[in-house]
Amino acid sequence: MKPKNSNASILYPSKSMKKLIQDFELVKYEELNCEHFVLDIKANEPLPEILPGQFVNVRVDNNKSVFLRRPLSIHNVDYERNVIQLFVKRIGEGTKSLGELKIGDNVSVVYPLGNSYSIPKNAKTLLIGGGCGVAPLLYLSKFLHEAGNEVTTILGVRSSYDAVGLKAYEPYGRILVTTEDGSQGEKGYPTQHSVLENESFDYAFTCGPEPMMKAVAAYAESKDVICEVSLENTMACGFGACLCCVTDTKKGNKCVCTEGPVFNVKDLKW
Amino acid sequence: MVNLEVKLKDMVLKNPVMTASGTFGFGEEFADFIDLSDLGGIIVKGTTRHHREGNPYPRMAETPSGMLNAVGLQNKGVENFCKDIYPRIKDYQTNVMVNVSGSVIGDYVETAAMINDLDHIPGIELNISCPNVKEGGMAFGTSCASAKEVVRAVRKVYKKHLMVKLSPNVTDIASIAKAVEGQGADSVSLINTLLGMAIDAETRKPLLSTVTGGLSGPAVKPVALRMVWQVAQAVNIPVVGLGGIMNAKDAIEFILAGATAVQIGTANFIDPQVSVKIVEGIKEYMIRHQVSDINDLIGAINLK
Repeated sequence: MKPKNSNASILYPSKSMKKLIQDFELVKYEELNCEHFVLDIKANEPLPEILPGQFVNVRVDNNKSVFLRRPLSIHNVDYERNVIQLFVKRIGEGTKSLGELKIGDNVSVVYPLGNSYSIPKNAKTLLIGGGCGVAPLLYLSKFLHEAGNEVTTILGVRSSYDAVGLKAYEPYGRILVTTEDGSQGEKGYPTQHSVLENESFDYAFTCGPEPMMKAVAAYAESKDVICEVSLENTMACGFGACLCCVTDTKKGNKCVCTEGPVFNVKDLKW
Repeated sequence: MVNLEVKLKDMVLKNPVMTASGTFGFGEEFADFIDLSDLGGIIVKGTTRHHREGNPYPRMAETPSGMLNAVGLQNKGVENFCKDIYPRIKDYQTNVMVNVSGSVIGDYVETAAMINDLDHIPGIELNISCPNVKEGGMAFGTSCASAKEVVRAVRKVYKKHLMVKLSPNVTDIASIAKAVEGQGADSVSLINTLLGMAIDAETRKPLLSTVTGGLSGPAVKPVALRMVWQVAQAVNIPVVGLGGIMNAKDAIEFILAGATAVQIGTANFIDPQVSVKIVEGIKEYMIRHQVSDINDLIGAINLK
């Protein structure tokens, strides 16, 4: 029998953990490649407790055609400098405009929103991210590492050009890559990586395109691994008022913004 | 000091700013961001006789200066509201109204009757204008005959403030307003969302699971303002204006068009503090224009 830590469960912020609306200042912009960039945004006051998997909802003031806020995963948190790091992929008008912000610009942020991945102790954890779905996994790997877990992260991308930001994961565990064209790491999808066959894990945490997460869920099911996924449904408010971002679960429609974004796949109708 | 207090019949609002149903949850969702007692009133999520799961995802699409929604009145039903939610929200120091919806008249009546027994709910907003449910909903609000019928039936069992929320998806909204006034409505609120649609040209698919949905946000404001103006001239009961209000200037425009109070809807999603900012902004406007009583601004549009 492999050691199984199944006591950990998805964490929800307590009532005392208030949601905030604050102006942050853009203090650093890092272009990773033509599609991906990292924004460092700084608060004027100490940050509240932020859990891995939680997200921010950012107003895009520099583009009048963007009406609603844009929900973005929290990539990393630096409490000493009051800085939140956002890993962004240019997809639509909103994310493109965020990439055009200048250092010193203010951004209005509603945060911290949503729930957190489980943080087990002394378990073997597998993190699988696809594309910009990798965003919440860095901060998660930090928490998992600190709780004494063995952390293996697989980043699945199209080619080596997209295999960006890997160094940040190194302090917290092993980082592996799959590329669709074989230009870096193993060729194929992250769920085809040999480590899934050769090693066993207690937990699989994933974020990324739904087909990839479904493949992770299928792997987890076949190997009896606890699997948590982070969903990215479109939403208007981010804090449970509009009821637009629901996902169909075994217990009916649940808001991804307040009852997620992290779900145990066993609760979903996948 | 300026007076912001307005009255909707016997219901006193400390200021004319309310929050629109379906955009403000049960108020609790906003408690981290604002002090709810700073508002004139809040109208909680649409409540029906029985539990409703609402429509499948996707339920929302961003559109130019607005959004479409097709939530479809997801709620746990009136019994759950009375038992679980009411005790949590009954002590808010503001007017907490419940938006009541249904697919048949009997459901409206039973739901209203149950809410009539709740001491701390001074009124209901009868939703005869939801475009996102297959049966009932908007169908009641698009003809004078059916609007009359549902208001008459609810009026018999509901003794407190009865506000009726009107649909803009009609040819002559003033005639609907007059019809519900004739059946004993205490006020009317308008507009609910405009029926709209969005398609993704690349995938050739609709952006909503229901194909059509309700349009809200600044895109609808000129239509809403026009309708509020028309209705305010047609009826003697108070008119509550909503539709794309994003700031105090927008709110003032509705009041000038004849609204006694306003509701803030979609703007709450973008700035959860916007409702109280609008209260402050109205105050500033009044000081700047040397208006001491908000009631002097109601319908004060200068047509000369």
